[in-house]
Amino acid sequence: MSPKLKVLRRVSGPPPIKGFRPYGEATNHRIADPVNLLYEEYEALRLSDYERLNHHQASVVMGVSRPTFTRIYARALQKIASAFVEGRQISIEGGKIFFDSDWFRCADCSCYFNNPEKDKPVEQCPLCGSQQVSGFEMEKTSGTRPSEVSYDECVCTVCGFEIPHQPGKPCNQEICPQCNGAMRRKKVLEFSHQKKS
Amino acid sequence: MKAAITSTGNTLDSLLDQHFGRCQYFVVYDTDSKSIEFLPNPFKTMEEGAGYSVVQLLVSKGVNKVISGEFGLKVKPILDSHKIQMIIIKDPNKRINGILELLNHY
Repeated sequence: MSPKLKVLRRVSGPPPIKGFRPYGEATNHRIADPVNLLYEEYEALRLSDYERLNHHQASVVMGVSRPTFTRIYARALQKIASAFVEGRQISIEGGKIFFDSDWFRCADCSCYFNNPEKDKPVEQCPLCGSQQVSGFEMEKTSGTRPSEVSYDECVCTVCGFEIPHQPGKPCNQEICPQCNGAMRRKKVLEFSHQKKS
Repeated sequence: MKAAITSTGNTLDSLLDQHFGRCQYFVVYDTDSKSIEFLPNPFKTMEEGAGYSVVQLLVSKGVNKVISGEFGLKVKPILDSHKIQMIIIKDPNKRINGILELLNHY
């Protein structure tokens, strides 16, 4: 049996540099093998510590589960720590990833476009130059599933806040609008409570 | 800045091609010199991986914007990693000269 395939991690863009090199005393005896930080580990560190998202929010951004995100993040810290302590270089390359970017819509010429220069904010439409641009979720249009009626609710595991469940979107990918906690399907929670009692 | 537009024919009033990898022609438009170049797509009959080969061709031409009706799932990450901007026009009746006029604000 073949092993389970890794889910591709969504990375918003490559890092601005290819790696880090130490300076000072220890560089005299250059250690040949650098620590290889994967793109997904760099992205995990960026989301968690630079963008200051919590692990659940960051895992949704990268398109992996929360435990997987935490493992990627822990590996990133471990690699950076070993590079610091042993005075080794860090090279950022490789990883099971795909690049993704935000999409926008222009109201004047009704075109859709993405923004490959992530540092610059989008101010005008690249096609017609209009200022009438707004953010746009690409996934919403590609979802071909017909609208199912669901009376279920997603409930926050931290504060208990409830929102109506959206068909086709797993509850564990929802983020609580009040406390940014992880959400679960209400039925599942009730069921597990019954089991305990 | 150079933009590549997918076209169904090699005249200015041809329609925008709704496919990216398997379009008939590319129109490479340089907004600085206002030069227009029609490029027949050599990969349109390829069975697999047309999108990838097309991106390599466009990168060698120095294109940094592509305009088409749709981009496939495989080609989006490739364009993203080359930092090429994608513009989608979901209007099959759009003509090349109309799009070139829109780009005139550069």
